Amino acid sequence: MKIDLTDTTSSKINAGLIQARRAIGTPAVGMVLTLVIVTDEGSAYDSLKAATEASKEHPSRILVVVKRPGRSPRDRAMARLDAEVLVGSEAGTGETVMLRLHGELANHAESVVLPLLLPDAPVVVWWPDDAPPNAAEDPLGRLAQRRITDSSAAEDPVAALGHRAESYSPGDTDLAWTRITPWRSMLAAALDQKHSKITEAVVDGEAYNPSTELLALWLADRLGVPVERRVSDGPGITATRLSTADGDICLDRADGRLAELAMPGQPDRHVALKRRETSELIAEELRRLDPDDIYRSTVQFGVKHLISNPGGAETVKPDGTVKPADKAPATPAKKAAAAKKAANAK
Amino acid sequence: MSTQTSPEGNPLRDPLDRRLPRIAGPSGLVIFGVTGDLSRKKLMPAVYDLANRGLLPPGFALVGFARRQWENEDFAQEVHDAVKEHARTPFREEVWQQLAEGCRFVQGDFDDDTAFETLKATIEELDKARGTGGNFAFYLSVPPKFFPNVVQQLKKHGLSEGTGDSWRRAVIEKPFGHDLASAQQLNQIVHEVFPPNEVFRIDHYLGKETVQNILALRFANTMYEPIWNRSYVDHVQITMAEDIGIGGRAGYYDGIGAARDVIQNHLLQLLALTAMEEPGSFHPKALTAEKLKVLSAVVLPDDLGKNTVRGQYAHAWQGGEEVLGYLEEDGIDPKSKTDTYAAVKLEINNRRWAGVPFYLRTGKRLGRRVTEIAVVFKRAPYLPFESGATEELGQNALVIRVQPDEGVTVRFGSKVPGTSTEVRDVTMDFAYGESFTESSPEAYERLILDVLLGDANLFPRHQEVEISWTILDPIEEYWDKHGKPAQYASGTWGPAEADEMLARDGRSWRRP
Repeated sequence: MKIDLTDTTSSKINAGLIQARRAIGTPAVGMVLTLVIVTDEGSAYDSLKAATEASKEHPSRILVVVKRPGRSPRDRAMARLDAEVLVGSEAGTGETVMLRLHGELANHAESVVLPLLLPDAPVVVWWPDDAPPNAAEDPLGRLAQRRITDSSAAEDPVAALGHRAESYSPGDTDLAWTRITPWRSMLAAALDQKHSKITEAVVDGEAYNPSTELLALWLADRLGVPVERRVSDGPGITATRLSTADGDICLDRADGRLAELAMPGQPDRHVALKRRETSELIAEELRRLDPDDIYRSTVQFGVKHLISNPGGAETVKPDGTVKPADKAPATPAKKAAAAKKAANAK
Repeated sequence: MSTQTSPEGNPLRDPLDRRLPRIAGPSGLVIFGVTGDLSRKKLMPAVYDLANRGLLPPGFALVGFARRQWENEDFAQEVHDAVKEHARTPFREEVWQQLAEGCRFVQGDFDDDTAFETLKATIEELDKARGTGGNFAFYLSVPPKFFPNVVQQLKKHGLSEGTGDSWRRAVIEKPFGHDLASAQQLNQIVHEVFPPNEVFRIDHYLGKETVQNILALRFANTMYEPIWNRSYVDHVQITMAEDIGIGGRAGYYDGIGAARDVIQNHLLQLLALTAMEEPGSFHPKALTAEKLKVLSAVVLPDDLGKNTVRGQYAHAWQGGEEVLGYLEEDGIDPKSKTDTYAAVKLEINNRRWAGVPFYLRTGKRLGRRVTEIAVVFKRAPYLPFESGATEELGQNALVIRVQPDEGVTVRFGSKVPGTSTEVRDVTMDFAYGESFTESSPEAYERLILDVLLGDANLFPRHQEVEISWTILDPIEEYWDKHGKPAQYASGTWGPAEADEMLARDGRSWRRP
């Protein structure tokens, strides 16, 4: 069922939600959280689709906040709230409200969202593309236990990771980190077996792919060995190699689907390691709403290197020294952004 | 920078890193009776679903053993078809490719020495080609009469013991015997070959999310514990009803009956989880200790004639279909005394439950397919309403719906809107099934993964099986000597005798 509300208020939207639920005959709801998606008209459709897909696992009230501050001074001067309430089959297992904030109201999104949160249930805010520099300090971010950013959607992904590290507060997470869970679990499983001491590691991946950086940082943080980050043509992360005295433990994925695991003294084996859809990433994020300490430790482990080396930290040594890479992916734009960031940090 | 390592010494693992799933170590699964229904509909799809969720080790091997004349490719094709038809998660070519490389088939009979030599060679080949490291679980998806044969063969050909650190495990399905003596004999046969902690008895009910949720509901919350005892609970009803008949299983079912088939394992396990004390931890030993404690406190009523009921479904119209009675089914002796319905009253002699009856019932061809645990509470000691206002108020109840439509229902009284005060029963619903079915894993997925990980939490131990039989055996003996099953029309909720049994206690069955 769909209800269109033009020039409306949060309390009218709340009334609309109750009316819609009554009308389809399911007044009781088992929704477990409120998911706020902050986006623009361009990505609202894709983000909402992914969230609705994920709501099958986590029935939720989805609030899509679309800001339309307006192009002309006249548009900017007025303020209007339009809403679309979707309940029932259109909205997966939960309810969806599309909120369009016109004019001055675009700067006061939290005033619209707060009355629409489910009582006593966790709140998750997700910025599919343009995340605020400090997610926890953002007026909407402050309402949430969990704040999901996506540094891979940023103009300069590596610099975005730096922002995330600097402004980290418990409950922050990033989809670039979520994307590497299968890699991390496969590597952890490989090291569950007997192996000799790891001396160094290499991670290959596309340029502008913050997941590659995060995987390298995670390995450097956990293993305490130098980790080299190399650039390949992708897609995504293409290989990880852990060197030991007996030979390399190597996880190689050339096509983004099927990987090959090689371990010393063992036959090579295939492992399905598919790049996942956004809906799967969101579903994973919503599974646990407690602070992710490993993410914090990983992203903060790298931040000093990222700042101290504007070209992008290509080799991260456990002692904090950085070796420049053979094939740096740095483009002028990226260098400039990183340099600017470093300047700001000072 | 942190260089701390996890307890197991793997620096990439950290207890705080809760995103990383438990992945089984290098291992393989050998299924005996791989051409059977269970294997096709449940086991193979479960293996695929595990692989699809990234929970199987790279190089996982699946070996089928059966009489059929198949090559490895035929077997792989069979697995492929079974997976496509029955798997829960979407079919993905790259996952299939990973799995297919580890598929092997061994053709032979259970007393065929060459076949077991081939199996041994296959396992060694897999260790080399797939890196399974000698870790294999043997899933005996065969009738129990073949168990001795298979396990002896495994022992004879040196398959039952791993070398070095590697493990070999046996997985067996119910029935675990048909009485105490046969269960003990079976345990002895299996334990002769596999040590008790390497034997995994599958009770697929324990793999269900809702059953695991009983533990969460009871031990993670504060609001239920204070009323979970004889001061507040009037009685407990545990029901497992099926709407189907025996189908083609006449050979298996006749002589076994509903009580042995269901009460001995599923219902007594549900009773144990509902009634047990809080375990010290969720370590298998602690859990088993509590379950054993409560099961050994179970006592039978003195008068078994009055407090147990058995029945057989009779020819009738059920849900728009005309169905045969049990005695008319193909392959059933018209004079058979096998029960297709069984209801028993049990009590638990401990401080928490003394005087609270637990009514267990199960049956085929009942009203609908449902499994639930209903904890029915006592009436409020005093009702300050005018007479008539609470006439429609029943007893409060908490119902754990195990299947289908998994969830929890709370029944309580509420005022009917209007000028007069009238209180009527309403329900508050938590629908597990409605919202989570899409991704809640199949019981077999969880259980197979636990076997490969060596986690025995969700598997009944042999002591539990034996205690369950000591509870059921006197009832079966009594039934053997006295009377015959009552007839009930198919599609109803069992024989009138069962209703009378509760009526004598001043209670009635819930209509699930």
